Amino acid sequence: MRVFNEIAVVTVICIKSIPQRFWASLSTVVAVGLVVTVLLAFLAMAAGFQQTLRGTGAKDMAILMRAGAQAELNSGVSRDQARLIEEAPGVLKGPDGKPLVSPELYVIVDAVKKSALPDDGNMKKAPKSNVTLRGLGPAGIAVRPGLKIVEGRRFTPGTNELMVGRALQKDFVGMNLGDTVKLGNASWVVVGVFELDGSVFESELWADTPVVQDLFHRQNVFQSIRARLTSPDALLALKDYAANDPQLKLDVTTEADYYAQQASRTSDLIQKLGWPLAIAMAFGALAGALNTMYSSVAARAQEIATLRCIGFSGTSSFLGTLAESLVLSLAGGILGALVTWAAFDGLTASTLSGTTFSQIVFTFRLTPAVALQGVILALIVGFVGGFFPAWRAARIPIVEAYGTP
Amino acid sequence: MTGQTLIHLQDVSKRFVKGKDTITIFDHLGLTIPVGDFVAVMGPSGSGKTTLLNLLGGIDQPTEGAITFDGARVDTLTEGQLARWRAHNVGFIFQFYNLMPTLSAARNVELPLLLTSFGRAERRRRVEAALSLVGLAERASHYPREMSGGQQQRVAIARALISDPKLLLCDEPTGDLDRATADEILAMLQLLNREMGKTIVMVTHDPEAAKYARRTLHLDKGRFTERDLVA
Ligand SMILES: Nc1ncnc2c1ncn2[C@@H]1O[C@H](COP(=O)(O)OP(=O)(O)O)[C@@H](O)[C@H]1O
Ligand SMILES: [Mg+2]
Repeated sequence: MRVFNEIAVVTVICIKSIPQRFWASLSTVVAVGLVVTVLLAFLAMAAGFQQTLRGTGAKDMAILMRAGAQAELNSGVSRDQARLIEEAPGVLKGPDGKPLVSPELYVIVDAVKKSALPDDGNMKKAPKSNVTLRGLGPAGIAVRPGLKIVEGRRFTPGTNELMVGRALQKDFVGMNLGDTVKLGNASWVVVGVFELDGSVFESELWADTPVVQDLFHRQNVFQSIRARLTSPDALLALKDYAANDPQLKLDVTTEADYYAQQASRTSDLIQKLGWPLAIAMAFGALAGALNTMYSSVAARAQEIATLRCIGFSGTSSFLGTLAESLVLSLAGGILGALVTWAAFDGLTASTLSGTTFSQIVFTFRLTPAVALQGVILALIVGFVGGFFPAWRAARIPIVEAYGTP
Repeated sequence: MTGQTLIHLQDVSKRFVKGKDTITIFDHLGLTIPVGDFVAVMGPSGSGKTTLLNLLGGIDQPTEGAITFDGARVDTLTEGQLARWRAHNVGFIFQFYNLMPTLSAARNVELPLLLTSFGRAERRRRVEAALSLVGLAERASHYPREMSGGQQQRVAIARALISDPKLLLCDEPTGDLDRATADEILAMLQLLNREMGKTIVMVTHDPEAAKYARRTLHLDKGRFTERDLVA
């Protein structure tokens, strides 16, 4: 109790003295805040990206690609293989009795981000981004019951008509209903805008398979097969079936696993960029914190020596000084989290996904777990930045109490 | 005064090592201060007055010799033991008051009590009593910057008294005050000595201030040049 009183009062003295070094203290808070903002921006990006990809996959949807392909872009499957999958066990049948199997084409095309459009609005000068054009047939829509057409209608088979994902439509130029879009050598018309549970599909363009095959010279070839399963457990049966047929050298996973894996690869990459940058900056903030705290200790030398004279321990000066530093850095951490939240949370961005090589539109998410990481980094800066000055505070000679002010 | 010895310095030497040089401040100094004494210490700058107070107050240790307080050695105590010893036995009063600028007068006076086992209510009662004693009961919630130098020094005296120490050490307690205010403070110290039996050692440059003491020691080149041991 006595020790607690002693430490408490020294802590109060230290913290109440912060306004006496207002500008130095403020600059420490801002420096720490900046570090935390940078870190959290990256982490919120990773979290948002992961959320978008994680939200994409269904557990009862199988995705089949060429063995070893890893991503749809690298894969190729034939029409014959697709037919064999229609007869596979574990595949759900639609109301019309047809198996819910969708062979799909995956083509990368160019589009212009709204943020990349030059001031004069000249599309030709704008840098292009990769987006996914997915060719699918009526089965492609049947296997995705969550699909919602929010504007217009579906494409008519056999025509140059496009459906545009909601996220893509918001983020890219000229993707509104009725717009004409040039893809490859052909012109397409946007006839519908769709939503699909906030998944990556909302960053795609959809068109009719035979038309895409024709215009991009990909007759009889697909990139993947989607197959709706009777239940998530049915995946095993489908895998066995594929393994026992030499014509089916395919990798079989659930869509949920496929996108989760892609998510962790890219968000790992984002985090691997964010942390080193934040840590490098943290050293700068640490230098500032050390400076502020050393000047705080110097300014309070006589107060500390007087307390020691009265009988207070060096430990209480140590802990009080450390507390002051932690309060400043905590304020910086909270500031950084608030700035990130105000500036980035809910912000939509698109980035090139490492494995699909096309743009995925996602939203920054400052989750509490992400914010906590920023606050912890701030407290580490505060602890180290306070430790050495606090050590000095504890060793101030008591005779300094007589010093002139 | 009872004639009983409070402090005894025997053959105390104090040397500082500065680089290659060794400065000798005291060389086999002896001093006896009885309970209830009020000693003024005068002398030129650099003669070792502050060093003497540091030794008496247990915030510095002699290079050689023995210091006893109330019959017990203090020069052999460890740093932690000394801190506790100071908290119980010594009150310090400084030239520049050394109040905590961020604490109110009452919170400043309370500081030494935070090292005791008194509860909150008891601490408050004692702080009120000490502030009334120095005539500042109404100023309890004021901050040092809102008070005059004389008032701040009275708060510092209340702080020095609060844990009822036997010994008060004052280094130039009126060095920063005008004549009238200085006389008030000195009268207060004299009262504490005469009515409460506090033993006081006061360093001063001011011969007028020294008149409030029972005796004056002149320190020069590490020796007492003139000793008036008659109380
Ligand atoms: N910690 C120290 N280290 C080295 N020299 C010191 C130290 N403290 C005091 N001195 C020296 O001892 C001498 C006496 O100092 P001090 O006791 O402060 O004198 P006074 O208070 O009489 O002016 C001075 O010359 C001072 O420089
Ligand atoms: Mg001095």
